[in-house]
Amino acid sequence: MKLTLAGVSHHRAPIELRERVALDLEACRTLAERLAQQLDGEAVVLSTCNRTELYLVREEHADDEAVAALAQLAGERADDLAAALYRLRDEAAALHLFRVAAGLDSLVPGEGEILGQVRAAFEAGAAGPFLDRLFRQALHTGKRVRMETAIGESPASVPSAAAALAQQVFGDLTGHRVLLLGAGKISESAARNLRSRGAEIAVVANRTLAHGEDLARKLGAQALALDGVATELERADVVVSATSASEVVLSRESVAAALRARKGRPLLLLDLAVPRDLDPAINDLDGCFLYDVDDLEAVVTETLSGRRGEAARAEQLVAGEADRFREWQASLDIVPTIASLRALAEEIRDRELLKAGGRLSERERKHIESVTSQIVAKLLHLPTIRLKEAAAAADGVVYADVVKHLFGLEEEERRR
Amino acid sequence: MRDGGLMAEFLVVPVLLAYGEAAVAYAGELRGPGLAGRLATWGVRLGWLAQTALLAGQAASAEGFPWGTWAGSLNLFVWLVVGAYLIWGCTPRYRLLGLAVMPIAAALLALAWAGGGTALDESERSGAVLAIHVALMLAAFAGLTLAAGMAALYIWQERRLKRHERAVLRVRVPPLDALDRLAARSVLGSIVLLTLGIGVGAARFQRGDFDAAMAVTFVILAYYTVFLVLRHEGWRGRRGALLSLAGFALVAIVLPLTHFAS
Repeated sequence: MKLTLAGVSHHRAPIELRERVALDLEACRTLAERLAQQLDGEAVVLSTCNRTELYLVREEHADDEAVAALAQLAGERADDLAAALYRLRDEAAALHLFRVAAGLDSLVPGEGEILGQVRAAFEAGAAGPFLDRLFRQALHTGKRVRMETAIGESPASVPSAAAALAQQVFGDLTGHRVLLLGAGKISESAARNLRSRGAEIAVVANRTLAHGEDLARKLGAQALALDGVATELERADVVVSATSASEVVLSRESVAAALRARKGRPLLLLDLAVPRDLDPAINDLDGCFLYDVDDLEAVVTETLSGRRGEAARAEQLVAGEADRFREWQASLDIVPTIASLRALAEEIRDRELLKAGGRLSERERKHIESVTSQIVAKLLHLPTIRLKEAAAAADGVVYADVVKHLFGLEEEERRR
Repeated sequence: MRDGGLMAEFLVVPVLLAYGEAAVAYAGELRGPGLAGRLATWGVRLGWLAQTALLAGQAASAEGFPWGTWAGSLNLFVWLVVGAYLIWGCTPRYRLLGLAVMPIAAALLALAWAGGGTALDESERSGAVLAIHVALMLAAFAGLTLAAGMAALYIWQERRLKRHERAVLRVRVPPLDALDRLAARSVLGSIVLLTLGIGVGAARFQRGDFDAAMAVTFVILAYYTVFLVLRHEGWRGRRGALLSLAGFALVAIVLPLTHFAS
């Protein structure tokens, strides 16, 4: 079976082209089924905001069909497709998918969302034995990269750094209360990041209560006026502040007053506003950790450089998995030869047992059957292993041909 | 010394090497997570298995409880500490706890070796009551050591967070809150074990046996009980961690000194 990949991605395709070929999951499913039927093979369509890729499998490579399907999606922009299109086959295609699943081909290396998107595409696709193996191994590779390297742990933006810091203080954020000061886009982005990690957005406090109520409704929180946050300070675990106020919104004294009722529970304060909303002296209070935008950006810069270092380790891991897949794929070519060889041996054994059958008692027959079966298995064990090993190397086909010639397997097959 | 004892003695070197390797590798993990951390964890695992074999060899060679001496107790104590650490230490997030635990474990085991605690000392055989008493006391002290390790890690990580270190997210450290809670749980478990240990010890207590080491043990029990009460009242975080470390000083310094003086 031959694997063909054709696609466009953020590397070479502008957003205008990517949005033309982008598909939702249902459309991916429909296209994969149509292509699988048309090719009499297997098909999976992966479409995210950064890429649309077709993975096709049949007896021969299916480049033309893949390109035609993408051109059809591109419509009037089909001419632009040629410059942005990439086509890969077999090992190279497998390696590419493994890199994609590991997040190594993403805009931000190591981002975790892609693994879920690859899984969804696989589940929606028309995968047979070949693509099933390929995608399962890709998902396994993605998981290994996340488990065995730190590439996915480091945040790539200020809101995600804020959420990662909260996890550094509290661990699992489930059930931890977040107090939002300000109802703008920055507050909302940080809140969504925290909520995606399990935190509960408890209160949105805003100078204009009506704006606060809008965001509170979206996040399932309670809305408050800014001057009413003192009580909530006693209960919150994380405070995110991003108001447009020109003066300090929370003073050291007001936080210190709340600490008495907190009984030593830590409080993380994230000041995402410029000019700053929170008194910098809050950081001196016991159990309080205050981060402003500059602190968070420094963390992001540092962790992104760390990601690049981890990416080198992840690439090695992915290459190892791609080698494993290549060996498996190569073994597919040798499997029919091995099966024929074993069938021939069994046939000879059965024939000879049949000849001797009349002269033997039931006990003797069973004994000889067992002995001959073991002899055949032992004789064929090493050649089978060696054939599989040779299949992974470049001269695998030659080995298969030699075995067929030596044992007359082609004549046997014709005879059968 | 019988064959088992000889074999046990022979196992000390690999255990020390494995624990030492783990201690060094954990320091390497600080520079960047990955291979060093995994090597450290394997060092702990293999060292602990070898130490288990060492203890089994000692037990097989003895007709009673072979860890009655201070050095023997130290050997058993190190095994308990490392065993307790292994519960969390195998997960990447808690690996760095090893930085606080493994150097201490390696040093204490070397001390036990130097003191003859890894060999078979036939003069120190004793009965089941003493064995249970010593095992409970050592398990309690192992728990307190683990709590101190967590407290040390808490203070280090809290300092990094307070100073806004740029690399604060690059090194995998257990969450502050988890360190605080686990340290308190370790102390609670240790208090229970310590109380049971004292109770079992009281069964063979005779008038005139009371000495400075026993007095310090009671002080330790009282200290950690007060620690838990204070923690409940809000002495958590940095203050709690400092209290835990101060308590550990009693366990690590005062208790051995009074034990030898007695």
